[in-house]
This record gives sequence, C-alpha cells and structure tokens, in this order.
Amino acid sequence: MPTKIEKDALTGKLTTGHEWDGIKELNTPLPKWWLYILYATIIWAAVWALLFPSFPGLSGYFGGVLGWTKREDIAREVAAVADARAPMFERIRTTDLEEIRRDPTLLRFAMAGARQAFADNCAPCHGSGAEGRPGGFPALIDDDWIWGGTLDDIVFTIRHGIRNALDDDARQSQMPAYGQILSRREIEDVAEHVLSFTGRATDAEAAKRGEAIYAEHCVACHGEQGEGVRAVGGPRLNDAIWLYGGSRDQIIAQITNPRMGVMPPWQGRLDEAIIRMLAVYVHTLGGGE
Amino acid sequence: MRVDRNINLAEPRVTATPPARLYANRVKVYPARVHGTFRTAKYAFLVFALAVYYTLPWLRWPRGEGAPDQLILLDFAGRRFYLGPVEIWPQEIYLVTGLLILSAIGLFLVSSLFGRVWCGYACPQTVWTDLFMWIERRIEGDRNARMKLDQGARDAAYWRKKVTKHALWLVIAFLTGGSFVLYVQDAPTAVRDIFTGEAGAWTYTFVGLLTFTTYTLAGWAREQVCTYMCPWPRFQAAMLDEQSLIVTYRAWRGEPRGKHKQGEPWEGRGDCIDCRQCVNVCPTGIDIRDGQQLECIGCGLCIDACNAVMDKIGRPRGLIALDTLANVQACERAVAATPPGPGRIPVAEAAHQRMKIIRPRTMIYLGVLSLVAAVMLLALATRSVTDLSVLRDRAPVYVLLSDGSVRNAYTLKIVNKTHEARVFTLSLDGLAAATLAAVGTEDVTGATIPLSAAPDSVASHRVYVTAPPGAVLPESTTVTFRLIDAAGREAARAESVFLAPRR
Repeated sequence: MPTKIEKDALTGKLTTGHEWDGIKELNTPLPKWWLYILYATIIWAAVWALLFPSFPGLSGYFGGVLGWTKREDIAREVAAVADARAPMFERIRTTDLEEIRRDPTLLRFAMAGARQAFADNCAPCHGSGAEGRPGGFPALIDDDWIWGGTLDDIVFTIRHGIRNALDDDARQSQMPAYGQILSRREIEDVAEHVLSFTGRATDAEAAKRGEAIYAEHCVACHGEQGEGVRAVGGPRLNDAIWLYGGSRDQIIAQITNPRMGVMPPWQGRLDEAIIRMLAVYVHTLGGGE
Repeated sequence: MRVDRNINLAEPRVTATPPARLYANRVKVYPARVHGTFRTAKYAFLVFALAVYYTLPWLRWPRGEGAPDQLILLDFAGRRFYLGPVEIWPQEIYLVTGLLILSAIGLFLVSSLFGRVWCGYACPQTVWTDLFMWIERRIEGDRNARMKLDQGARDAAYWRKKVTKHALWLVIAFLTGGSFVLYVQDAPTAVRDIFTGEAGAWTYTFVGLLTFTTYTLAGWAREQVCTYMCPWPRFQAAMLDEQSLIVTYRAWRGEPRGKHKQGEPWEGRGDCIDCRQCVNVCPTGIDIRDGQQLECIGCGLCIDACNAVMDKIGRPRGLIALDTLANVQACERAVAATPPGPGRIPVAEAAHQRMKIIRPRTMIYLGVLSLVAAVMLLALATRSVTDLSVLRDRAPVYVLLSDGSVRNAYTLKIVNKTHEARVFTLSLDGLAAATLAAVGTEDVTGATIPLSAAPDSVASHRVYVTAPPGAVLPESTTVTFRLIDAAGREAARAESVFLAPRR
C-alpha cells in the first residue's frame, strides 16, 4: 500500500507513495488510452476464448462457438494439395516411363515426389540413399540387378514384390539348401570354382572338381560363367557385388544354407502414379539400364 | 532539466492530498503556425520525402525479357530484391543487412553532429504528422481558432470542418498504405487490382493496416508516439554529447524572464519576455526553456518563433538556437559575474566555443560507416552472375560398381543470375580419367558434360562421377568442378572430394 505521497523536490512531481529500500517512485501518469488498450486486449482475449477452442473440461474441452478445429484446416489443406497434384499424377499414370525420364518437367516432379515416397516406404530396407543394407537388402544405386534394371523391370518388381505370398505375380526364386544335398567337401569345391569367376581361386584342383558340380547344380540359375540369369532371379557371381558377402566363407555359408530376401508387393498399397515415380527415381539413382 | 539548487533536499514535503491518478488524460496540443528558416526547411524536406515515397514505385528500369521493369521492387514472392541495376538474391541478403547497418550508423553519425534531426525532419511519424497538421490548419484555422472550435458548440460548421478533416486524413492514409504495397509488387498492376477487387488478401490487409496506422498515429496519437511508443528517444542520448547541436534555450541570456513593456530598459533582466510563443508552436507541446528533454524532437520551430519575437522587440536573434551544451556552459560560466541584461551578450560572445566536429565519437561512427560502405562496394563489385555449389551424397559416400570401379554422386546447383538460358560445360579436375554423367541426360557421358540453367533461376543437377576400374585411389581425393560457359570462359568453380573405399 502506498504509505507516503510526497512532492519530489527536484521535479516538483508527486511520488506514488511506493518506496523500496529508500528508492521512491515518481508518479508519471500513463496516458488513459494506454490503459484502454489494456482493457481492449482483455476483452479481445475473452471473445477469442468464446469463439475458439479454449477451456479444458473433465471429458474433452470447450470447442468454441465457431466450431473451428485445426484438424479440419489440415484436412482441407491436404485435399487442396491433392487436387493441385491431380493433373500431374494423371500425366504420370498415362505417360510411358521412358518418356517421363526424358521430359524435364515430369522428371522433376517424379524425382521430388518419389524421393519422399522412397524415404517413407523403401528406405527401411534399402537405405535412405538406396545404398542397401548388409544382410541381403540390395543396393539400388549400383549397376548390378538380380531381376533387371530397366524401367519396366523395376516397376514390375515394385508392383509385385519378391518371394511374397501376397501377390501371384511376385518374382519367385528358390535356391536349395545344398548343405543337405552336397557334402561339405563338394560345397568347398564349388565355392572355389565360384571364386575363380573373379580370379580369386587359390586351389586350381578344387576349382576343377567344383566345375563339374557347378555344371550339374548351379548353371541353370547362375549361368556358365556365373553371369547370372535374370529371368529366374539368379544373381551374377562374376562381379564385385555380393549381396551376402563375397569372401570364401560367406560363399560357402550361402551355398550351404541360402538366405533369400522378401519384398512385399506395393501395388494396391501405393498409388499407381507413385509406383511409376518410384521406378523412375530408382532408375536415376545411378544403375538404371 | 533545469535544477533549482536552493531547494532543501533534506525535508521532502509530505502532502495530505489524495494520491494523484496513475493515468492521465492527454493534454491536447494545438501547435501554432510559424514562419522561418526551420519551418521552411521542414516543409521542403516534407515535400521531398513524400514525393520520393509516392513516386518511387512508379519509376521504371528496363531489365529485359521476363524480368520486372520496376526501379525498386521487393519481390518477396519471387525472392528477389530489385534495386535499380542491382538484383539481390536470397543468399545475398547480407547486402540488405549492410544497407540497414549503413542507415543505422549514418543515423548515429548525424545524431552525434546535429542532434535529433531525424526525429524533427525525416522520421515518417514527423513527416505525416506535419502533413496532417497542415491540413488541419487549412480547415480549422490556427491554434486559437482550433481551440475555440473544440470548446465551442457542436454546430453544423463544427461537424463540417471535422468531417472534411478526417475524410482528407483518411484519403492520405489510404494513399500511404496503398503506396507501401506498391514496393512489393508491380505498381500499375497492383493499383488496378486493388480497385477492381482482384488483389490478394495480403495486399488488402497491408493497405488496411497502414491506412489505419497512418490515420491514428499521424492524426490522433502524434507526439505521443514519440513520447510513449518510440524507443529511439530513450537511447538516442547515447549518441549525443556536449558537442552535439541541440535546440537550446540560452538561459544565461533569457533569465530572469518576465513581461516587458515597450520602452522599458533591458538592463537587469533577461531577454525572455515570457510570451510563450516557443511553447505554442511546439508540435510536442513542451517548454524548451525547461532544458533538454525526452519529448523534444529537435525540429527547431521554437527557434523560428522566438527569432520572430526578438525581431519584433528589437533584441538580437538566437535566444533559442541550435547550440552545443559545451558552448552553453562556457557562456554561462563567462557571464556569471556580469549582471543580467544586454551586457552579457558581448561577454558570452567572447567566451564562445566552436562546435568540435572532429572528435572520437564522430570519427568512430565515420570509420565504421566507411568500413561498412567499403565492404558493401567490394561485395557489389565482385558479385558474380553465376554461382556453383556442390553437395556430395553422404548415404552412401561411394558406390562400388560391378566392374570394380568407384562412383560418387553429387548434386550441383547452378545459380544463373542472368536473364537468358545458358548451357555450360562441366569438367572435373583432380581425378584422372573420370567419367561424368548427369541424371536426365544419361546418354551424354564422358570427361565433360553439358549442363543447362534456366534464366534467373537455380538449376539443380545430379551428377555421377565414376573413377575408371582398377584406378588406385586414396580414400579421399580433392576434386574441382568447373563450369565453362558458351564463350569458353570459366564461369564458376567449386571444390569437393571424391571418396573411395579404404584399401
């Protein structure tokens, strides 16, 4: 409470009567309209609280007289974006994949959209940069393709997936577990022969023995020189890229008890336009054929 | 503040009066008409400033096909500032920052020399308030007529004058807000859109906002903006010192003040006849004779008023004048022994101290000003029309291809500030026999590849660099991308690294 209103000697003004440790406050009145602005903001706040969602309740909240919600705003915005995209999506759906790749406008749209779609759907297995992951998730940026790297191959793989039971057209291939068919010695010989494709065999005799076994068991899917057979998804064995590792031990392990990855079909889960955009995007990542 | 040193500080007087209100009604200021040097200068600057403000958006500057031809255009939507021949891109916003720093330091320098000339002459608040007051005076008459009108009957004449005045104010306020939005869009188009209802919501919002603020701040709030809202009066004291020119009442000459009848002697008294002309003309309603104060905007209208009075009563001009505190104090010391009266004037003139223009404060401001200006000029002079920046892929840092070769991927951003489409040749230094390829033009690969850039835009290209199979590469190789333009000159270059697996 103000205790002592004084007239300040120096300025001739009155004090407010407040005193803090000997420091007194001059009464320099604020203009009235300033006070009215404060009242106006209080009224504004009250009206605002009445119109818009404001007070919490025990079950739910007071939603405001206008019934406005941010969720509706967002739904509207999302719908507006979808509408704006619709003509381009239609063009992507109806344009030949090769033409999309050649048309700078379509290519830019496809790349921008697919980058996001790739990050949302593909990156968990193939990596954010499509660099693949150890343990059988193939890189999509190199020039080695198990099922083919043309635009049509890629779009088919995305649509139907690989080795899944959900899509009748899924790409299927099955490598037998040779641990139950061949002896340990025979497997080692075949591995030696496989190493010879990349000039890494150290035991010429074993490789020679392995050649016969390879001709009998492996050649149908992996080709005579290990060049792979895409029609059946038999990977190349004569290049520098190995899905499950290219060392002698890793090759033996794969022959003995093969691991094979699964990819779900994306048809039905993603819009056809997005699938086509993804195919173009993956194709531009550096390995497209 | 003038201080009466005779008051006994030990015994503050306790009043029995009830506490004064903490909020006060505004005392309306009725500035009187005045003639003189400062008034003429103020009107001259007002005309100049308003002419610049209203005509600038209409001036053209041809820039060629596809570019706006407005001299000054702050195109926020297109992310370009067009300032005559200079075109500022978002990454060159430092030029705008430099311009603002120049303005601030310039303001400091001018304030340290001439006091608050910004407040008194150039500040938009002062300019528009002055314009509004001029209109008010034309319609309602001078100070006494206006006071009488406000206190008099609310008759037809009253309402006619008030309505005319406010209508004119609103028209000017609208023109002010309307002109403001012309700086951020093509002026002729914007004006047509505003009047045909085609302009965007933001345009109308800003026109409305600035119409409202101009009308309220220049028409109603006036000096209260300077006194209560503006931060500048609070800290401008830091720029002023005892050598700055400020509007000063020369108390040594004016005091003791008092009424003076014609023919009475001037000996033994001051030259101030307490006519209150200085108070009546003051746009902020203060008494300059109280000394330096926060409310004073340094416009000098009180000097004009006082000089006119001095002429009339036959005393020398300059009782109120632009003067330095140092000189005022020197004069006060010099005349202390001389009794009040005309005899003080020669004594004070003998002790007169010239204003020191060269002093550490002004030199530091000038130094910083020159430094910033030099940096700005250098930045403008060395500004390139083509920029290249390289972002290398980090996931993965390299790709091993089936034949054993190593590939790195980069995103190249070519900034083409010219207004024509250009095709560059990209080459790479630092990596022997490397092959380049770009997404979208995969058919063309080799040691150099063509890259295109649309006019006035940033072209983004994904470029693959492949080292030949069998190349023995260190883990990291520094490489330089070079853009060669159609004339064969190097337009831009950027460094990056080529990464390979550890061997």
